[in-house]
Amino acid sequence: MKRRQLTLDGNEAAAYVAHRINEVIAIYPITPSSPMGEWADQWSSAGEPNIWGSVPSVIEMQSEGGAAGAVHGALQAGTLTTTFTSSQGLLLMIPNMYKIAGELTPTVFHIAARAIAGQGLSIFGDHQDVMAVRATGFALLGSHSVQAVQDFALIAQAAALESRIPFGHFFDGFRTSHEVAKIEQLTPEDMRAMIDDELVRAHRARSLNPDRPVVRGTAQNPDVYFQARETVNKFYDACPGIVQEAMNRFAALTGRQYKLFDYFGAPDAERIIVLMGSSALAAEECVEALTARGEKVGVVNVHLFRPFSARAFVDALPRTVKAIAALDRTKEPGSAGEPLYMDVVAALAETVSFERTPRVIGGRYGLASKEFTPAMVATVFAELSKDHPRNHFVVGITDDVTYRSLDVDPAFSTEDPETVRAVFYGLGADGTVGANKNSIKIIGEDTPNYAQGYFVYDSKKSGAMTVSHLRFGRNPIRSSYLIQKASFVACHQFSFLERVDVLQLAEPGAVFLLNSPFRPEEVWEHLPAAVQQQIIEKHLRFYVIDAYRVAKENGMGGRINTVMQTCFFALSGALPREEAIAAIKHAIEKTYGKRGEAVVQKNFAAVDQALAHLHAVDIAHADVAHALLRAAPALRPVPDFVRNVIAPILAGRGDSLPVSALPIDGTYPTGTAQFEKRNLAREIPVWEQGTCIQCGKCVMVCPHAVIRAKVVAPERLATAPAALKSAPARWKDREQLRYLLQVSPKDCTSCGLCIEVCPAKSKTEAKKKAINMAEQAPIREQERQNWDFFLTLPEFDRNALTLHNVKDIQLLQPLFEFPGACAGCGETPYIKLLTQLFGDRAVIANATGCSSIYGGNLPTTPYTVNRDGRGPAWSNSLFEDNAEFGLGIRVSLDKQAEFARELVRRFAPKIGENLAETLLKTDQSNEAGIDAQRRLVGELQAKLGSEPEPELQDLKALAGALVRKSVWMVGGDGWAYDIGYGGLDHVFASGRNVNILVLDTEVYSNTGGQASKSTPRAAVAKFAAAGKRAAKKDLAMMAMAYGSVYVAHVALGANDTHTLKSFLEAEAYPGPSLIIAYSHCIAHGYDLVHGLEQQKAAVQSAYWPLFRYDPAKDGNPFQLDSRPASLPLEKYVYNEGRYTMLAQSNPEAAALLLAEAESDVAKRWKIYERWAQGAQS
Amino acid sequence: MIDLSTYYLGRKLRSPFVASSGPLSKDLRNLQKMEDAGAGAVVLHSLFEEQILMEGQSLDRFLSAGADSYAEFASYFPDIGPYDLGPRSYLQHLEAAKKALKIPVIASLNGSSLTGWVRYARDMENAGADAIELNIYFLPASFETSGAQIEESYCDLVSAVKAQVRIPVAVKLGPFFTSLPNIAYRLECAGAGALVLFNRFYQPDFDLEAMDAKPNLKLSTSDELLMRLHAVALLSSRLSVDLAVTGGVHTAEDAIKGIFAGAHVVMTTSALLQRGIDHLRHMQDDVVQWMQQHDYDSVSQMRGAMNAGNVGDPEVYQRANYLKTLGSYESRLQTR
Repeated sequence: MKRRQLTLDGNEAAAYVAHRINEVIAIYPITPSSPMGEWADQWSSAGEPNIWGSVPSVIEMQSEGGAAGAVHGALQAGTLTTTFTSSQGLLLMIPNMYKIAGELTPTVFHIAARAIAGQGLSIFGDHQDVMAVRATGFALLGSHSVQAVQDFALIAQAAALESRIPFGHFFDGFRTSHEVAKIEQLTPEDMRAMIDDELVRAHRARSLNPDRPVVRGTAQNPDVYFQARETVNKFYDACPGIVQEAMNRFAALTGRQYKLFDYFGAPDAERIIVLMGSSALAAEECVEALTARGEKVGVVNVHLFRPFSARAFVDALPRTVKAIAALDRTKEPGSAGEPLYMDVVAALAETVSFERTPRVIGGRYGLASKEFTPAMVATVFAELSKDHPRNHFVVGITDDVTYRSLDVDPAFSTEDPETVRAVFYGLGADGTVGANKNSIKIIGEDTPNYAQGYFVYDSKKSGAMTVSHLRFGRNPIRSSYLIQKASFVACHQFSFLERVDVLQLAEPGAVFLLNSPFRPEEVWEHLPAAVQQQIIEKHLRFYVIDAYRVAKENGMGGRINTVMQTCFFALSGALPREEAIAAIKHAIEKTYGKRGEAVVQKNFAAVDQALAHLHAVDIAHADVAHALLRAAPALRPVPDFVRNVIAPILAGRGDSLPVSALPIDGTYPTGTAQFEKRNLAREIPVWEQGTCIQCGKCVMVCPHAVIRAKVVAPERLATAPAALKSAPARWKDREQLRYLLQVSPKDCTSCGLCIEVCPAKSKTEAKKKAINMAEQAPIREQERQNWDFFLTLPEFDRNALTLHNVKDIQLLQPLFEFPGACAGCGETPYIKLLTQLFGDRAVIANATGCSSIYGGNLPTTPYTVNRDGRGPAWSNSLFEDNAEFGLGIRVSLDKQAEFARELVRRFAPKIGENLAETLLKTDQSNEAGIDAQRRLVGELQAKLGSEPEPELQDLKALAGALVRKSVWMVGGDGWAYDIGYGGLDHVFASGRNVNILVLDTEVYSNTGGQASKSTPRAAVAKFAAAGKRAAKKDLAMMAMAYGSVYVAHVALGANDTHTLKSFLEAEAYPGPSLIIAYSHCIAHGYDLVHGLEQQKAAVQSAYWPLFRYDPAKDGNPFQLDSRPASLPLEKYVYNEGRYTMLAQSNPEAAALLLAEAESDVAKRWKIYERWAQGAQS
Repeated sequence: MIDLSTYYLGRKLRSPFVASSGPLSKDLRNLQKMEDAGAGAVVLHSLFEEQILMEGQSLDRFLSAGADSYAEFASYFPDIGPYDLGPRSYLQHLEAAKKALKIPVIASLNGSSLTGWVRYARDMENAGADAIELNIYFLPASFETSGAQIEESYCDLVSAVKAQVRIPVAVKLGPFFTSLPNIAYRLECAGAGALVLFNRFYQPDFDLEAMDAKPNLKLSTSDELLMRLHAVALLSSRLSVDLAVTGGVHTAEDAIKGIFAGAHVVMTTSALLQRGIDHLRHMQDDVVQWMQQHDYDSVSQMRGAMNAGNVGDPEVYQRANYLKTLGSYESRLQTR
């Protein structure tokens, strides 16, 4: 069979091979390896067989620990089994990896290598995870390119079967896992040729089988364990040879020859760099440039890192080598050197091959996808030339603390002028990345060109900027780094010109394509001066198109992707124009064909219209219009840290921050999201004070805390901006006060939930509510002034409010604001409410997931403080341990409070009997009591002043613990139902006073919508591509079974008062409390503006019953707070794409699953109804 | 022996009772019950082109939402499919109905573009439909489009569909035409084999508490029959196109009136929704009884017996009658 040239990414390349040469695949989502599992699940769902003609069984597990266990079991039972993972996931697999290797069981784990959470989590690529498993006994085989990923996936399997040693096949997360590149695809025949069926049968013959029983996994004593451990040596000795042999067989088959250590460079090189992964390509590019200048340099690309063959390594080196730099993409604090460096040193020390042993230095680079460029490689080579080169250096950052960094020459570049280098700045929602993936596929598969695509995203989910880097040309592409000199720059959003230096990468003479609402003859005067200047100085060829207009006119809304893509092809000359248009249309049919003819046709129309609207801008007589230079808006005073650290990160200059700028232990200030002002909204809500009934619902549901209410004395408004609106307060006995409802125009995301929930309508114009959307631009400045003034107004006295009342709650200051969550997020209103009620005394343990990303993804955090400087203290430990982490916090706080009370008692005479007694007895069950206790603690601390006695100083330091603290564990269903359930269950049983908020989106939202045990039956999700077959787990019922756990099942959109009551009761309950909160999510497949309505439908259909289980309540602890179904389940579910897509793709299965789901709902309701009637008590 | 048979759209039907297009016909079991109850033919529920478009657009929108915008995922959904966004399931239902029933099966189509009308009509013919009912449900909202233009487009539509299919085509119309006879005549000229009178336009009601317009689906009543009787009686005397009364047929009397006015068939859905499919059998039995009591042998004998050409005073269907009616009302008032 002829091999196809395909353009795909590293994950797909690995999954393609893994799926075809395995029988069982155990999966669990983790970035950046999730797509491998998604591909496998999708292919198996579609009935794609392996090379033996059988469809592999794909099973999602509850964690990577679970996946590794399942793999171990499946291997022991004799199937060919694999898994995919990264980072923390790989760490969770370690215990089983020791077992699998110890039992000499062949398998391949495919690893998109990623950083490990230390001072902070990072989803990006380096080798820290791989290095953490180097002692497990797994062989570790590293790929450097998308082609190698596919090839090594097969070579690893072949070698594993023959050597009996399990393999970790790793490649750089994102740089390789997500790089789209043109490769030659292996055929099933290639795989058959490489996999020896005799070895497969031998693997099966070693399996556990009652027909020929054995025992494995024995416990061994000091007498034999050691010897038994040494039995495997010969297998490890043989392994490198077996791998090389497999590589040789592969070369004979495909023509691509790999070696354990691939050398590239001058045959008489004196300076050599040793490294692994994608960086080898950047190094080769640099070596090629330097050797062309006559420099004697070379690079060793390490493929087989474990077992490390010292002989093969030394043999790969030219005898002429004098100095070696071993570069590690990892950090091992406190070690004598990083692992690869240590291996190189040991290999040279043990192998006598040189007259004079070369000098070896080690350095670190590229942690968490930090760029690694040919300029950095050149810097290292330059260092090797020195008489006394620096050892244990870092390259790619500025270390101004321990001064270990090498200075890189930014001008050094090896970009190939023959290669087209195109950079696109787009908005997440405009489809730029999707179109660019298509473009690179078209170029890769429809032309003889080499092609590469890589995509960079920002840290926000709403209004995110994407930057696409596309290279293509006649020469092979080895540039494993972002484009540094672009021959084509496209800016798909005019507003980016204000905040991003989009032309920074443009080389002289480059093409600049701008999506502009302004006509070609008028656009110039609207450009920022810096942009004008670069266009002139770099002699850019400047084109504009009003892509939004073209898209809108063709029914595409804000999706400008195909319009801009057409312009790109027209201007870049990648293909003749007609061919390009035909290819784009073909790609559109392929991508959108499944979505119906109309979708295809509107895209076609957009393509056809695009070029008619593309115009060159005549800049022959243009000049930089200094007069138009916009003055930067005056910034409010900002803290130094924000100015010096956060602001540069926001401006895209985080790479330039030196080591000294960053906190040493991952501790960052809160209250920083307020400085970001992303200005995303095209429309914002505007208040009609005459219509408003001041119910506070809009404030309650706003996911971004941008719409707020205050009630103040009229005199406070004396200096208000003229446009500030207010109305008489509609509170009993407060009519003399003024009510204000204000929107932060630059923080709003236009999600529209506030408008949807508003119950008040204009008496004369039914479509108008008390808040209505209006175009933002004309009122932005006015509303900004109003907002700034609004912030200066005092908060209402918390003690004077009725906290059981949604109307009053709107006056509580949110201590969670402006999160970068999806516009209209269903989770954030719950967190905001938590902070309004308890934020000033809350400690939050946050499981990894969406809530930890919008909660704590640098550069800013939405958690903030009140005027007293109090606010939630927040931390994310891991994904799997959040319950235990939170419990630890509770135990610690309790211990401190206990000790403080002991000290108060012990020193009562000294601090005053009265004060001591009051401190110990204050009723802190309400806001007033907590306030009083805070004052008493202040009094105590003042009294203790500078008491010399150490125990009194202890008391002074611990006194704060005497104020009641609210401990919250926050996370999604992936955490609570799956990976963290064991810990959560233990917390239920602990009886400790903790509060657990489960933001139930019914999928792993943050990793892209994989099924969890919370995913309902009949819904489609990733890892459940054929529709979820099992019913949703009833976590509430499991918790209630303890009888000692407060449980609330809430849905804000269905009943906000119920949600509020549940939060108050949960926090007041002195034991574990669990709130399961219905959280609508973009992964449900509908416009989130309808999220609250959909929550209502969920409750009306009895799919999501509202209830509370309060063990502290007299009588029946269980109270059902919603009514029996008044809406058929299908009326609820078929509003959502996750259900309709199954009905549309497999109506029979959908009908069957719906019937089962209806039965689930009915049965569950019956049980709850009986409980409510007292059957349980 | 009473002969209930009639001719409609070129076929002999055993009975003038036809189950009109409605939700009941979505279920094959209901169609079988209709046949068992004696229906002469069934009209399937409508295939709405707009709905097909909407489903595609909505699928596209949610599959695109959030896609390729964040590092941790490229999409929120697996790429499954193919999706049935076209008429596949409708056509499968049509095929199944044809297979299961002996009586003619008429497909119903509501298009939103000329290409859509034609394409789906062809699909229906290929799936075995005995005829197609074009369910023209157009609510003009534009101030620029004249009534004449709209009427012209109806005729063009019928011509276009007729040019592409061989099976007969009926047109289901609304009642609101300035000159119903004129448009009826033009549709006949354009190739319509039958006119189905009249479509019922669902009009939203106001929810005074929510200050919102809300959908308001009300079943028909016998009161609605009168307008249809008038129209059929007027048209049947002059046109050769088949006529069907739909809307307001709830009893045997209603049916008999429709036939007397000139209808080839009488269609009913609301009555079946309210009283069950078996009601069709009862209505038919009652018609037979009435015919026996009144010495009628066949439906064809009855058809048009009271149309505009056959009543003693044709003015009863014309404007003069309006004046008479008003006059009689006023005189009644004066005599009180």
